[in-house]
Amino acid sequence: MRAQASGIPRHLPANWAPNGPFTTPDASLSSLSKPTKTQTGRPMAAERTIPGSTDPAFLERQLRKSIRSRPFEFVIVGALWLCGLVTLLTTVLIVVTLFEETAQFFQEVSPAAFFLDTNWQPLFEPETFGIWELVAGTLNVLFWSLLFAVPFGLAAAIYLSEYAHPNVRRVLKPVLEALAGVPTVVYAFFALTFITEDFLRPILGADKVPIFNSLSASLVMAVMILPTITSVSEDAMVSVPRDLREAAYGLGSTRLEVAFKVVFPAALSGIIAAILLAVARVIGETMIVAVAAGSTPNLTLMPLESIQTMTGYMLQVGLGDAGRGTVQYTSLFAVASTLFVFTFMINVLATIIVNRYREAYD
Amino acid sequence: MAGAPAAAPVSLRATGRVARRQAISRASRYVLLAATMVGVGVLAFLAYDVIRTGGSRLSLDFFTSYPSRRATSAGLRSSLIGTAWVMATTIVLAIPLAIGTAIFLEEFAPRGKVTAIVRLNVANLAGVPSIIYGILGLAVFVRGIELGGVQLLPKLGPSILAGSLTLALMILPMTVIASVEAIRQVPPSIRDGSLALGASRWQTVWYHTLPGAIPGIMTGTILAVARAAGETAALIMIGAFAFIAFDNKSLNDSFTVVPVQIYNWTTLPQEAFRVNAAAAIIVLMVSVIGLNLIAVFIRERFSRR
Repeated sequence: MRAQASGIPRHLPANWAPNGPFTTPDASLSSLSKPTKTQTGRPMAAERTIPGSTDPAFLERQLRKSIRSRPFEFVIVGALWLCGLVTLLTTVLIVVTLFEETAQFFQEVSPAAFFLDTNWQPLFEPETFGIWELVAGTLNVLFWSLLFAVPFGLAAAIYLSEYAHPNVRRVLKPVLEALAGVPTVVYAFFALTFITEDFLRPILGADKVPIFNSLSASLVMAVMILPTITSVSEDAMVSVPRDLREAAYGLGSTRLEVAFKVVFPAALSGIIAAILLAVARVIGETMIVAVAAGSTPNLTLMPLESIQTMTGYMLQVGLGDAGRGTVQYTSLFAVASTLFVFTFMINVLATIIVNRYREAYD
Repeated sequence: MAGAPAAAPVSLRATGRVARRQAISRASRYVLLAATMVGVGVLAFLAYDVIRTGGSRLSLDFFTSYPSRRATSAGLRSSLIGTAWVMATTIVLAIPLAIGTAIFLEEFAPRGKVTAIVRLNVANLAGVPSIIYGILGLAVFVRGIELGGVQLLPKLGPSILAGSLTLALMILPMTVIASVEAIRQVPPSIRDGSLALGASRWQTVWYHTLPGAIPGIMTGTILAVARAAGETAALIMIGAFAFIAFDNKSLNDSFTVVPVQIYNWTTLPQEAFRVNAAAAIIVLMVSVIGLNLIAVFIRERFSRR
């Protein structure tokens, strides 16, 4: 498939040419089709048969030529190129702004203090900027939300792919996906008013549960990422070929055994990718933790503590009006860079896992 | 076999270990179903809780009054108008750009390194948290870019335009991904037929590929718009947190939106504002779930080919 690699649209055959022999009787291009004689019946001169006529690079040039010969088309294609560049520009802007202000931040706060100090106290004297308390807050919510979301999410995926009647599946799947469409500020309200006050406090005792605690945020976060885990891993399970299941049934396996010992391992790369996507969503989620988990940086993984995550701190600074150039303002970008690096690595890892460990059954 | 009188009746019922395995497997259906229903149950309970708390607050006054320090006279007027402005501007900015990018990637981009990078980049942008987009909007749109005394991008302040640009960048990647998928679903034979009859590439895209891809593009677009309509963090970052007691008239106005208003009311200590928050949540959820249903409907309606 050399043609694909070098610029001919993939839905076209390799010997395709724009404005081919039938629309523009162009001698050089008609040599692509069979006749070796021109219309006058004269045998074609040797130099008119272009040796590279099946060469993709040649066809590419012809393609460009035909675009330039239509001014309207030329303008449109130019505009489409610009559209394609906007996404690149967005990334460049994100990286440049984060980098620039983070560099400012590190002129006032040493990187050693940022990475080694374990105290985050940016708003009061003495100001200290140890990122670990915020990272711990994020990890706290991440750990507890995954603890609840992964078992339930995977159970739902197995049920939908292996057990459910197609009609049941057709109804349940969109309903579960609706959970992903609920705005996060709604979850935040739910976590603070319902989970903390009407659920955790009566069960665990009001004296044990502070009004802002990471558990309420984690529980609601778990609900938020359920559809991500279920939907993506269910897609992976459905695409496990039928033969594997039939073989296992033929050997006398029960449905449960087929689901857990055959389908689950075969779909593992998709399942891990699903969990990684959920992880990226949790650490980037802002409203739930800002409303329900509190704003006290706290180096703990205990669920019933008031904590602050990286995103929670960013929102707190965003709400106050930190002036440009103050260390609070630049610390916003330092935290944002940390968050960006985290999510970027997780997304890349998910892509690598999906691409490298995909079981190809086709 | 049952007909043979002398033979002992043969039972196909499993016994011992096999029976136990089968029983566990049968029971597992209900355990797994219960786990699946947890999500559905939470959604139902969320709806019930919000309606119980805020349902009584929904009245015409609630929609037509400005925010207030007294919970009972506060309303959604300015945030509804702000949401309408921001969403309209975001759609105008993002959708043509997203469809253009998708067409570029699928139909016109040379298959090479650059295109591969653009694709990878779009996939990565889709995973960037919304609050990072908020920070981008704060640094780039609200405060402007100045390079060596030259104003490259104007200072927009916490205006509707700045908010819309931020949201447009935020929903761009997911809209591009959905549109690319939709365009890819159009069978190559349609393109080949069009090209074989002498249509140019753009004519082929405009008259044949796009019409076939429109349902898929619309589904993806509506879902993205629903996400933008519920976005809070990015807009708070760019400063859409003001007390707005006037109707927005231009793109340069400061503004607030319904989700930010909900956040505002939720964090106020007085219980009465919680009722307002719940009522506003009903409004927001009805709109967002309505958009989702439309998207699902379009997908179901046009998915049979």
